[in-house]
Amino acid sequence: MGTLIISDKALGCSTSIVRLSGMIERLFRGEITRERVYYKKYPPKIDWQFMLVIGIFIGAAISSIWSGTFSIESIPYLWGDTYGQSAVLRYTLAVFGGILIGFGARFAGGCTSGHSISGTSQLAVGSWVATIFFFIGGIVATLLLFRGI
Amino acid sequence: MILKILYKNKHLQLSFGLLFGIIFGVLLDIGGVTDYNILINQLLLKDFRVAKIILSAIFVGMICIEILRQMGVINTHPKPLNFRANIIGGLIFGVGFALLGYCPGTTLGAAGGGSIHAIFGFFGMLIGTWIFALIYPYIKRFIEKGNLGVVTLEKVAHLSKIIVILIIALLILTALYYMENTGL
Repeated sequence: MGTLIISDKALGCSTSIVRLSGMIERLFRGEITRERVYYKKYPPKIDWQFMLVIGIFIGAAISSIWSGTFSIESIPYLWGDTYGQSAVLRYTLAVFGGILIGFGARFAGGCTSGHSISGTSQLAVGSWVATIFFFIGGIVATLLLFRGI
Repeated sequence: MILKILYKNKHLQLSFGLLFGIIFGVLLDIGGVTDYNILINQLLLKDFRVAKIILSAIFVGMICIEILRQMGVINTHPKPLNFRANIIGGLIFGVGFALLGYCPGTTLGAAGGGSIHAIFGFFGMLIGTWIFALIYPYIKRFIEKGNLGVVTLEKVAHLSKIIVILIIALLILTALYYMENTGL
């Protein structure tokens, strides 16, 4: 809601990740990156949403250090109980999960911020549909991962 | 409108973006949703804290957005309805959500709280969005064919917006009440 006030645009996190991936590609390949159709839609530039994403990192860091819950975590206990203490396995699957999230969020037109909070609040049917399928996919896959059902 | 000044002032807008992000990050951390175990327990349907937070956010957001819109302070920007994109993308996202244990916003929050695997997940997201940008020219037509434009709940239900908001608000309150009482 706050974001609608500050910028006449709705909240979203995954768009900023698109912009950052474009900025990184531009570092390696130069201005030709701008030719990609998708980066024409979301040019690699720093906007307020990008700042918001950086803010989330800073805010959570301040809050966790303040409350004493800050801790370096490589293997969460729920994961370790089922899959053991291999950091390589955990990090590999975290990267793989991240790839699916990044790809899926852009395919669906938004993530848990843009669809599940901001979009649903604006009564957008597409956002309710996307949210339901985020959780159907998430619940089924998690049950398979941890219960093997 | 006073907000027009803000829309035109880039630096002010960026600063507000950062400020809202910091507030959002603090709230995510206090809410406990930067914790992998809490998020996974939600997906295992053992702990409903995430559902409670999302439902409360929708409840407050929906009402405040409508009040501000009626007052003419803001415009709304609902995303278009696109069944194939929302469903296919939603399911791919869901599987990634299960593997990583965080969504994009909570990944950054978790990284701020010291989670190393969240940082790996963030790099994965960069790769994922980049792959999407790479193949976008080939799937653009498939996605755009499914675009049904902006469809909102009140249009589908043929009811006034206020009634729809009241119904959803009531459903959310019932769900929250049920979760509290059954100890979920």
